Amino acid sequence: MANPAPTPAMESFQTVRTADANANPARLKADGVNVFYGEKQALFDVSIDIPEKSVSAFIGPSGCGKSTFLRCINRMNDSIEGCRVTGDITLDGENLYDARLDVVELRARIGMVFQKPNPFPKSIFENVAYGPKIHGLARDKTDLEEIVVSSLKKAGLFEEVKDRLHAPGTGLSGGQQQRLCIARAIAVGPEVILMDEPCSALDPIATAIIEELIDELRENYTIVIVTHSMQQAARVSQKTAFFHLGKLIEEGPTEGIFTNPREKRTQDYITGRIG
Amino acid sequence: MLGYLVLAIIVFSLAAFYVGRSAGNRFVAVEGAATHSLPGYHGAFVAIWVGVPALVLVLLWLLFQETVIDGLLLAGLPAGAIDGLSAAQTRLLLSEIKNVAGGRMFGTPSEMVLEAAQTYLRWQGIAGWAMIVVAVAIMLIGGFLAYTRLAPRFRARHGVERFVTAFMIFCSAAAILTTLGIIVSLVYESLQFFAMVPAHEFFFGLNWEPQIPIRDDQVAGAGAFGAVPVFLGTLLIATIAMIIAIPVGIFSAIYLVEYADKNVRNFIKPILEILAGVPTVVYGFFAVLTVAPAIRQAGNLLGLSTSPNSALAAGLVMGIMVIPFISSLSDDALRAVPRSLRDGSLAMGATRGETITKVLVPAALPGIMGGVLLAFSRAIGETMIVVMAAGLIATMTINPLDSVTTVTVQIVTLLIGDTAFDSPKTLAAFALGLVLFVVTLCLNVVALTIVRKYREQYD
Ligand SMILES: Nc1ncnc2c1ncn2[C@@H]1O[C@H](COP(=O)(O)OP(=O)(O)OP(=O)(O)O)[C@@H](O)[C@H]1O
Ligand SMILES: [Mg+2]
Repeated sequence: MANPAPTPAMESFQTVRTADANANPARLKADGVNVFYGEKQALFDVSIDIPEKSVSAFIGPSGCGKSTFLRCINRMNDSIEGCRVTGDITLDGENLYDARLDVVELRARIGMVFQKPNPFPKSIFENVAYGPKIHGLARDKTDLEEIVVSSLKKAGLFEEVKDRLHAPGTGLSGGQQQRLCIARAIAVGPEVILMDEPCSALDPIATAIIEELIDELRENYTIVIVTHSMQQAARVSQKTAFFHLGKLIEEGPTEGIFTNPREKRTQDYITGRIG
Repeated sequence: MLGYLVLAIIVFSLAAFYVGRSAGNRFVAVEGAATHSLPGYHGAFVAIWVGVPALVLVLLWLLFQETVIDGLLLAGLPAGAIDGLSAAQTRLLLSEIKNVAGGRMFGTPSEMVLEAAQTYLRWQGIAGWAMIVVAVAIMLIGGFLAYTRLAPRFRARHGVERFVTAFMIFCSAAAILTTLGIIVSLVYESLQFFAMVPAHEFFFGLNWEPQIPIRDDQVAGAGAFGAVPVFLGTLLIATIAMIIAIPVGIFSAIYLVEYADKNVRNFIKPILEILAGVPTVVYGFFAVLTVAPAIRQAGNLLGLSTSPNSALAAGLVMGIMVIPFISSLSDDALRAVPRSLRDGSLAMGATRGETITKVLVPAALPGIMGGVLLAFSRAIGETMIVVMAAGLIATMTINPLDSVTTVTVQIVTLLIGDTAFDSPKTLAAFALGLVLFVVTLCLNVVALTIVRKYREQYD
């Protein structure tokens, strides 16, 4: 009885990884991340590299921990009572959970777009100017205006709102609001943008516009997107990671995952048998 | 007697309920699910028709019985007995008759009065029995009519619903009518006042000395009804109160919503609510016995002349009193800001403080404003603290260490002691009351409009 039998959860589990020779180098890396909500463990030993300047998609059935993992990356879990994170997440080799790290600065480098558009009840201009103002990115007023306009342009919203920059941001349509939130995130010049189901509250046309936008943004930003739509993951991402019950089951180039999944559960999920 | 009658009505209604319900049970037993209403509704329907008309009758009867009997009494007096009596004298005569009837005699009443007293007692007895008979009859008729209508497809449920609706309308109408009554009586008395004292003197006069003689032999002031110093005093005290309450209320709300962990919140919130429940008299004690002497001592140390009743003492304590208004409305407003806004700001790299000042407070501002306005109107309408802790002399001053007086204090002092309801001294109280009413009403309307507007904001 020297060797106790391994617990069933540990036994069969090993993330299936497919290397991608064409992938950009990874600056954002997670290694052995576990997340607990109180006593309950929501993520088990997740390790993944996120290649820079490309889109990585997290897919998986509801409740599998995609949002939880996404929130680990910009430490939004800090504000959830009883949430505990172990393991390492590094950006350029710097541990994001280092006690000396300034969370406020980190979140300026890693922006986030939420599932439900959440513009502040301020004007469109003030919404975008919010980040630059608090981080002191603009030297003066014209500078600030420039940042706002260029962010709105990058988010593909400028043409639609240029005549009403001082109208309330909450008065826009859902799709416009979501692009406003993207503009708001871009305005502080982040390196990484996290998006948690950014299109789930939008109609197909608005979704198509945002997907196109994501594809353009990938030139300059590292993007991680959580989505429930397999088609969306296939359309916008270069890398896909499949989560199930808190575990990272399989990750690899998007094409490979969707055409030739190596794990049975991945195959079941993308063919619609679990979820 | 009346008590027994009401008891009887309740018992009858209960009995009617059981009768109706058992009828309903029979329907269900026979017709099953085709029965329109549950048995309980059948019961309630019959009970309502038994109890409510009878209760209404009793109320109306009690309301008009005196008037009717009075009329009968006067008519029954020997011819010529009330000729040439003024209305007030007639009332006096009636009340003498009733006193005699009740066994309270002063001196020796006249023959006529004694006789009338007998008649009065007889009428009262008859009226009492008549009421019982009519009430029982109405209950029986109502119960019979209602019971015969019961049937499997009878919509007793809607009948009960209609009654409940009518009852709710009645309740809100009662509240509205009371308000209207208050306004009408205030306006009526104020108009009388303004007939004696010109409005411009009241609203713009700088001198307030209302203690005029109401009897010829009294020694008193000449009388001046310029209310400006009174309003100024009110404003001064209310302002001091708000200077205390606004920051404390808002910051404690922010702390409770954003920083305090659950245990602390569960500890502090009830304490703040206790503040709202402390009787204002107790605040008054506190102001007079603790705060005012402390302020005086501090003033003396600094070489300032402080009057024993300072506006500062009353204002400080009043400020403490209205803190819960501001903190609890601000708390609600801050809590109503969706979590997504908070997360959005934090995810932009804002600190908690920046999130609060730049996103949460602006978003909650209408609600916070509503709380402030409600607190303000509460402060200017507050009486007890200022009666105890502020002064009585109306001084034109904005020095918080001076003694000032307020509208509510003046109303109280004008109405205690010897009063005559046709002297401007007494009527002035109504004019002050009217102004106070209008001001607080406006503040409340503004506050409620703001709060409502903000409620719609996140939809
Ligand atoms: N604040 C929280 N407190 C406690 N448990 C939580 C909390 N947030 C998430 N969880 C739990 O953690 C697990 C993962 O949740 P998460 O929100 O990450 O799932 P998800 O993959 O994003 O699901 P969905 O696709 O429905 O958004 C779930 O079992 C959930 O119940
Ligand atoms: Mg999620």
